Amino acid sequence: MTARTASLTVALVAGFGLAGPAPADDIGDAARGEALFGLCKGCHQVGADASNRIGPILNNIFGRRAATVEGFRYSKAFDRAGSKGLEWHADTLHAFLESPRAIVPGTRMSFRGMDDAQERADLIAYLRTFSASPANYPESDPTARPTDHDLDPAILAIEGDAEYGAYLSSECTTCHQAKGGDEGIPSIVYWPEEDFVVAMHAYKTGSRTHPVMNMVAGRLGEEEIAALAAYFAAPDD
Amino acid sequence: MKFNRRTFVATAGAVLAAPMVQAAAHGMPRVVVVGGGAGGATAARYIAKDSKGEIDVTLIEPSRTYYTCFFSNLYLGGFRELDSLAHTYGTLASEYGINVVHDYAVGVDRDAKTVTLASGASLPYDKLILSPGIDFVDGAVPGWDVSVQNKMPHAFKAGSQTELLKAQVMAMPEGGTFAMIAPPNPYRCPPGPYERVSMVAWQLKQTNPTAKILIVDPKEKFSKQGLFEEGWQKHYGGMIERIGPDFGGNNVSVDADAMTIDIDGSVENVDVCNVIPAMKAGHIAEVAGVTDGNWAPVNPTDMSSKADPDIYVLGDASQQGDMPKSGFSANSQAKVCANAIRGALTESRVFPAKYTNTCWSLIAVDDGVKVGASYEPTEEKIASVEGFVSQTGEDAALRKATYEESVGWYAGITADMFG
Ligand SMILES: Cc1cc2nc3c(=O)[nH]c(=O)nc-3n(C[C@H](O)[C@H](O)[C@H](O)COP(=O)(O)OP(=O)(O)OC[C@H]3O[C@@H](n4cnc5c(N)ncnc54)[C@H](O)[C@@H]3O)c2cc1C
Repeated sequence: MTARTASLTVALVAGFGLAGPAPADDIGDAARGEALFGLCKGCHQVGADASNRIGPILNNIFGRRAATVEGFRYSKAFDRAGSKGLEWHADTLHAFLESPRAIVPGTRMSFRGMDDAQERADLIAYLRTFSASPANYPESDPTARPTDHDLDPAILAIEGDAEYGAYLSSECTTCHQAKGGDEGIPSIVYWPEEDFVVAMHAYKTGSRTHPVMNMVAGRLGEEEIAALAAYFAAPDD
Repeated sequence: MKFNRRTFVATAGAVLAAPMVQAAAHGMPRVVVVGGGAGGATAARYIAKDSKGEIDVTLIEPSRTYYTCFFSNLYLGGFRELDSLAHTYGTLASEYGINVVHDYAVGVDRDAKTVTLASGASLPYDKLILSPGIDFVDGAVPGWDVSVQNKMPHAFKAGSQTELLKAQVMAMPEGGTFAMIAPPNPYRCPPGPYERVSMVAWQLKQTNPTAKILIVDPKEKFSKQGLFEEGWQKHYGGMIERIGPDFGGNNVSVDADAMTIDIDGSVENVDVCNVIPAMKAGHIAEVAGVTDGNWAPVNPTDMSSKADPDIYVLGDASQQGDMPKSGFSANSQAKVCANAIRGALTESRVFPAKYTNTCWSLIAVDDGVKVGASYEPTEEKIASVEGFVSQTGEDAALRKATYEESVGWYAGITADMFG
């Protein structure tokens, strides 16, 4: 069965459309992404010896504020987008790669965009390998993609009480800025709930170590972790 | 029956219309917060933010600019500018609708439920929060009182005192002596005096490397002692001497005009003398009649005073149990208290109390350490549950990461206080 017929089936059965391009949170394939990066290479470099060319270096792009690569002269449009708060995460990269000019009108980047969500995901997965990733640095930017873990699905299925989470979050915001700054201490806002739950349980069980986080997570119950995840996924609601 | 707004309005609405007028005249429930520091600013902000306009919040704070004590030692060491410690109240007023009154609370009438200000104004409250920080115990160090604090600064309330102390350190003669009279327990920021010694040592090492530091200490032991002593040895070998109670550290007086200190009968000339006297709750707590001895006892579930259920005491002024007097603790207590007060005044959900603390200290450049614990209310007090502390012999990368974490914490807590 092709992807096309599969999504048609879903649409017919469920009565709503999942047809069209793959959803933005699919895991991309870094190897395919490497090949696709050929489209970008004329202007951008990544990796150990990368330097700024026509476009800025793309190392450590995850979690970075737009227009902040040192030594690169950005267009006014990009400077403005950066100062307004555009940050590079899986979701913003997806949107930008789909239609650069829709996201940053006036950008000098002469790339029209990439329609295929799977291709974008592949490219993002490739870029991810040049940024800190949750596998080796738990506090790194969330990927908006499923992470490796062996957490009981029942724990992931717990529906969090966001109002309780809002109260509990006040314990977090003594250190983690509620508005998402990440100077010295990582940002924990707008994380996908699953990533949040997985990370907190890793601290709780001690498979990730950090004395403050092990202590804080250690006394949070499953319901409380779910509540926090629900709150931090959409703190402005 | 415990009276609260919700039941009042509900009953009024159900039975007859007339009392509604009374309810409207009385208006919104009112919370008055005295002291815009770590406890008070946080509590005011959380109540205003979470009640979304249902509670009228007034914050009384004499200073237009709050200088954090936290990180003020880093200013002494040259790691922060004084301006970076300064915070103002504009956002609390403009974004959160808090009525910020720059005045000094001088009286509390618990029967009438009003607070009197130095200007003469009187403010009614339904719930009153006191977070006035500390004052010094009279006569704690013979020869010292606030009239000589310009010659012998305490710098334990930040701002002009901190700036003065730094200027004195920078003006020390070559090879001169910096003395610190350390306080007895309990006092604000247990590692604070020793972080200060580290930061002064760092500064002197750059500008006056033959200078000496003398700590006169009434306590046997102090917070993070092993970590500090290891760091002092490593970074400042020979510069720092500490005289504990065994050698008369608990029997000291000062002469500010002569710039001498008398330690158990032996008189020393010093060039800078940082006197940190014994502490007590900020005076207004005593005026309100909620203190017992030097501090204000509170109930561990919500920080309400044991003397008055409509008064809450936060932070350094409170006597709650095991939490150290720190900005982190005050901030943590404020959020529990804010949740409880909102519940009492608007019947919003009240969640169980949870408290935490972590205190970072900087020993030298990129050499940060930390200590922390979690706490929960028990019948009698806020009791510590579990804790951690940095270890001696940690590698440089971890110490640097710990320091960087403290920089993040500073940004986090000040945003949590001032918006
Ligand atoms: C050198 C030093 C380093 C420190 N480092 C750290 C640290 O790294 N981490 C940490 O967590 N803590 C640290 N602390 C401790 C921290 O500063 C205090 O514990 C914290 O500020 C206590 O908060 P509070 O709300 O009780 O009092 P404060 O923050 O002192 O606030 C009290 C406020 O009340 C006001 N006030 C007093 N009386 C009245 C009145 N009658 N009417 C109106 N307003 C009044 C004062 O002007 C003041 O602004 C440090 C302290 C010092 C001195």
